[in-house]
Amino acid sequence: MSRKVITGSATGAPDAGTELLKVVDLKTHFRTERGTVRAVDGVSLSLAQGRTLGVVGESGSGKTILSRSIMGLLPSRNVVRDGHIFYEGSDIVGYSQNDMRRVWGSEMAMVFQDPMTSLNPVMKIGRQITESLIHHLSMDKNEATETALALLQSVGIPEPQQRLEEYPHQLSGGMRQRVTIAIALACGPKILFADEPTTALDVTVQAQILNLLQKQQTERHMAMILVTHDLGVVAGRTDDIAVMYAGKIVEQAPTSVLFDKMKMPYTEALVSSIPKLANPSHTRLAIISGRPPDLVNPPRGCNFGPRCNYVQDKCREEEPPLVAAETPGHFYRCWFPVDTPEGKDALARNLAATKASGAATSSTTSPDPALATATAKEN
Amino acid sequence: MPAPSSEFPAQNQAPGSDYFPEADLLESGSMATELVGPGGIADGQVRELEALHILDPDQVGSGAIKKRLGLGFWIASGWVAFITLLAILAPVLPLESPSKVSSCIKYPILSTCTKAGVDTFHVLGTDSLGRDTLSRIIWGARVSLSVGLIAIVFGLIVGGIIGLIAGFYKGRLEGLLMGSMDVLLAFPALLLALAIITFTNNRSILVISLAIGIVSIAPIARLVRASTLMFGEREFVLASRTLGASNSRIISREIFPNVVLPVLSFAIIGVAVAIVAEGGLAFLGLSVAPPTPTWGGMINEGRNVLETDPQIALIPSAVLFLTVLMLNFAGDRVREYFDVKEGGL
Repeated sequence: MSRKVITGSATGAPDAGTELLKVVDLKTHFRTERGTVRAVDGVSLSLAQGRTLGVVGESGSGKTILSRSIMGLLPSRNVVRDGHIFYEGSDIVGYSQNDMRRVWGSEMAMVFQDPMTSLNPVMKIGRQITESLIHHLSMDKNEATETALALLQSVGIPEPQQRLEEYPHQLSGGMRQRVTIAIALACGPKILFADEPTTALDVTVQAQILNLLQKQQTERHMAMILVTHDLGVVAGRTDDIAVMYAGKIVEQAPTSVLFDKMKMPYTEALVSSIPKLANPSHTRLAIISGRPPDLVNPPRGCNFGPRCNYVQDKCREEEPPLVAAETPGHFYRCWFPVDTPEGKDALARNLAATKASGAATSSTTSPDPALATATAKEN
Repeated sequence: MPAPSSEFPAQNQAPGSDYFPEADLLESGSMATELVGPGGIADGQVRELEALHILDPDQVGSGAIKKRLGLGFWIASGWVAFITLLAILAPVLPLESPSKVSSCIKYPILSTCTKAGVDTFHVLGTDSLGRDTLSRIIWGARVSLSVGLIAIVFGLIVGGIIGLIAGFYKGRLEGLLMGSMDVLLAFPALLLALAIITFTNNRSILVISLAIGIVSIAPIARLVRASTLMFGEREFVLASRTLGASNSRIISREIFPNVVLPVLSFAIIGVAVAIVAEGGLAFLGLSVAPPTPTWGGMINEGRNVLETDPQIALIPSAVLFLTVLMLNFAGDRVREYFDVKEGGL
């Protein structure tokens, strides 16, 4: 397999403060019986202190693996991790487990998706928080309890004194997620990875948790990587967004630029699949038909090609490189970008082709007739 | 259409409206209909909903049904506690010596033996050598219970460590450890214990306990490994790792407390199995050497007179049976109790 590799050209906003994390051409491959799964395939990004990067993608796009790979949390067996991860200037890819233990907790911490499973069911909340304080910051027991109390208070848990003595099952989902955030923040990490922190939570609690994360991030001047499948979550809360598809970053830009001048049809499709409040009830939701590609045998050319409304012959042959857009810090991977003459032309051609082929299906009910073609071509 | 046009704007019905059964929905009076009804959800209601969310933990605390072990468990553990207490207090209880031979042989239950003008009351009768059965049962309980406990504690320590290591580190180490457990399992349990006792030529309580304990290592190691595998995959282990916990710390602080619950309830049943095993060894005359009474030994001695004086074998059998049954029952209940708790998490 000779695939085109784009090396470290993508960086965050140029006006960022001190660069804390720089990932260069990170690859994470899993060796399986079926073949090599390219879960993360040449990702480059950088993160400055106090900034928030949103990593967006469908399930299976490799966003969770990316965050775990950066943190070095993947098992060593059958996993190939290649590339460079510079944390405060030193490359942590070669770090052993023991080296990483100095980084974990006090430098990088993670909030997991499901607070049901990320807390130890048989340990009291208080001990779960104080453990790492005693271990990392060598506090004594009283000091640690005091700190735990303050932490619980700062993440908005009522009656923290009482909660210290309770077990996870005595708390609601939202409260549990607050506790996991408190635990992650305990040792004052410089980077917080939030891996779909609100997916397992009630909609009403989601906003509270996101606000809490944002508040803590600002107060502590942390950098944060917010991994989510929900563009709505990252829209108002991130400085930069990286859109992932099939293990690659397909578009990366400062948040406002991404929503304003998106270039990648995949980003466009993601945005249009967000249900809009302004729409009347029972409006059919826009979908991206098909499924994410098989990461063992990705399609030739552009990975998103089979599902794309703009797809042309060139997309099926050649993989588009990551190129810079006119706005600084904006990169994308597409031969026929959205809102460019080539892109419009490609879309128009696909639309015309659909009409010509009869479109006997109920394309009148579909918001975008070209989607039907894309599905047909995939099969 | 009974729907007010404000809820279902006309443009929505334009594109082939056959797939939206609004009419059915509205007539059904379902929740969906009520939610989109005139006015929708009032602002105050939303705030109420939010307030409920904030209160949630308290509600969970008080609203949850308290799990109970049940009367059966207390009866079962009461019996076990009673036997244990008698065994511990045996030296201070007003009992005849269990090895005191007399001429009052094979007396039935609740009989009085008079010899040399002294009346001796035998609650459970006497055996073929005229020894008091109650005294022998209680002294025998010391052997049975201590063998059961020591064997399982030994099995728990060795098997537990093997299981934790195999389940946590996996890979080649796991293959080696679990492979040797399979070898151990392939031995007929009683034969293995027999061999150990025969070759050590030492029939103290400790050796017998260890012989039975070795047999119990393999099943315990398997159980612990299975639990470790399960809990090792859970996210709180990864979460602990992201906080910089070392492997030994993760095993001892995160996995061990979770594994110990199901394993302990299994261990209670294991004690019962070990007691039966000791009985089996004693029956073969390979347990603690006489005249120290053991339940299995008493059954063995009663075997010869089973036709004429069945109570001599049946009484120790009944006590052994009851104790094992009660231990099994208590163990089962404890296991269920913790299972339910796990399910609720």
